[in-house]
Amino acid sequence: MATKKTKIDIDALLNPSNTDFRMVQIMDEEGKIVNPDLMPELSDEELVQFMTDMVWSRILHERSTALNRQGRLGFYAPTAGQEASQLGSIAAIEKEDVLLPGYRDVPQLIKHGLPLTKAFLWSRGHAGGNEYPEDLKALPPQIIIGAQYVQTAGVALGLKKRGNKNVAITYTGDGGTSQGDFYEGINFAGSYQAPAIFVIQNNGWAISTPRHVQTAAPTLAQKAVAAGIPGIQVDGMDILAVYAVTKKAREYALAGNGPVLIETICYRFGPHTLSGDDPTRYRDDAELEGWQAKDPLIRMRKHLTEKGLWTEEKENEVIEAAKEEIKEAVQEADKAPKQKVSSFLKNMFEEPSFTTAEQIEIFEAKENK
Amino acid sequence: MAQKTMIQAITDALAQELENDPNVLIFGEDVGKNGGVFRATQGLQEQFGEDRVFDTPLAESGIGGLAFGLALEGFRPVPEIQFFGFVFEVMDSIVAQMARTRYRMSGTRTMPIVIRSPFGGGVHTPELHSDNLEGLIAQSPGIKVVIPSNPYDAKGLLISAIRDNDPVVYLEHMKLYRSFRDEVPDEAYTVPLGKAAITREGTDISVITYGAMVREAVKAAEKLEKEGISVEVVDLRTVSPLDIETIIASVEKTGRVVVVQEAQRQAGVGAMVMSEISERAILSLEAPIGRVAAPDTVFPFGQAENSWLPNATDIEEKVKEIYNF
Repeated sequence: MATKKTKIDIDALLNPSNTDFRMVQIMDEEGKIVNPDLMPELSDEELVQFMTDMVWSRILHERSTALNRQGRLGFYAPTAGQEASQLGSIAAIEKEDVLLPGYRDVPQLIKHGLPLTKAFLWSRGHAGGNEYPEDLKALPPQIIIGAQYVQTAGVALGLKKRGNKNVAITYTGDGGTSQGDFYEGINFAGSYQAPAIFVIQNNGWAISTPRHVQTAAPTLAQKAVAAGIPGIQVDGMDILAVYAVTKKAREYALAGNGPVLIETICYRFGPHTLSGDDPTRYRDDAELEGWQAKDPLIRMRKHLTEKGLWTEEKENEVIEAAKEEIKEAVQEADKAPKQKVSSFLKNMFEEPSFTTAEQIEIFEAKENK
Repeated sequence: MAQKTMIQAITDALAQELENDPNVLIFGEDVGKNGGVFRATQGLQEQFGEDRVFDTPLAESGIGGLAFGLALEGFRPVPEIQFFGFVFEVMDSIVAQMARTRYRMSGTRTMPIVIRSPFGGGVHTPELHSDNLEGLIAQSPGIKVVIPSNPYDAKGLLISAIRDNDPVVYLEHMKLYRSFRDEVPDEAYTVPLGKAAITREGTDISVITYGAMVREAVKAAEKLEKEGISVEVVDLRTVSPLDIETIIASVEKTGRVVVVQEAQRQAGVGAMVMSEISERAILSLEAPIGRVAAPDTVFPFGQAENSWLPNATDIEEKVKEIYNF
């Protein structure tokens, strides 16, 4: 017996795709827990560690800016405002997981085990900054926006093939979601059900281009639909929410379900990079002030102070320790040996070619003068 | 030993390396159950399983990223780009990522990847299948470019490429896939990367070439021999890095050179070969360095291939011109 089919209304189909991508929040701007059922199980020490990490990162940002202005650092992409997004996500990641950061993701790299001195050498443009010990499961910050996404699909497939109980995590910005490699990366990982966590740190701006110019999609998290994988939008100024969502994504991926795309809604208070970008050319002060009121440090500070876990004194201790650590790391970086072209040539291939060997000889002679 | 076509020799090499090293992985568009659009991976998935030989989504850049990530996890990826004209989609992964990793991380991470890809004219393909784009990769530091011209070399060079700890682009000329057979040993053997071969010894003039032009050069040499001109044919086999020693030794012996490539005059690696000779052996030269290359147009529409592609006659004429200079 033929069943009567429902008539398809094409006019009704011509609507923007709009599924439920509500932003996950656990702690509001006043430091109140607004979604207690989502609250991850965290000890007081762990909560304090979150705050400590964020204060450390803010100081690292401030000192990096100052050191850049003094010419003691080179390339630097400011991180202030993104502490919850960066440190909440990396806190949910194990040491054996693999991190593929973008150029703004230096704080995660350091938390994952990169010595601060090496981070500074990377900023200066010194090869020593990218000499990673084998047990540091990470790559140096990726400059080609999107490349880290396709590479992450490969790393995650590798982990799956080895039967490792680990994930690959990568980061890009809102602008990066317009790249082909962004889509190919999440689609490949989805196709192979590979354990990957793809994070979009949506700070509203790609240099001077606002988020709405990138795409008509109302959320970036919903881009996951194109890969057939889950996408979650989270309050990127709320470290508890970022941590909880990333932790869930990790469990989900390790259970063999494949990758997850996470969009963190955050803001960078500073310029795109310190290489000449001036955000006052394209951003309103009012917008900046609005976001500063959502500062992830302010709300976590309120939360912990209310619980009696944080004091001004404690914060000052963290600040002083961070400044000292940074000072020592810079001094250590100053001691790095002068780079040699002959070493660069030796690092091109396992066995140098005829012409490379010739050039090694020429440069070694120059360097030994 | 058996008589094999170049494509059979390639399949042989892949099968033996899959057997030899559990880290070798083969993947690409339609390389699995289908056995590849040219049957280069025929039967490999059946023999070694879907975990070792597998299909990918249709996205070259993603394939490059996949290879990069798998290499980082200790595998030896052998991805395929269906036609080398599609390399533009994956240029970043190849030249800006894999080729730079050893340098970028001071040798703390390496990229033992072999990108296999067919190319080359004479088989009337549609657009952007046959383009000779080896020059693009040859200009990129940190990657080797290998182009075999016969079944024996194809097998030995591919095994060497897979065992090499640096990235290699391995280009397979479509016209050579099944056009002739060669004695190819059944067991695994290697042909060293970065080493040219003297395909035919000669004393009057050196023809330095690679890929499908090697056969054309030999054809020309055979004809010229009857006219009393002894041509030495040098098959580069690896076009980056160049085997300077073999090139210069041949030029010093003959004193005359013609460099031959299928690529356009402004492309390929011919200009590189010519400049190395000028720099290193100018006092041995009795005549200017001749060059045979395709015209500087976009790769021709299928029906125009015969009048566009360089061939034995072009080589013969150029050799005579340089010989009689």
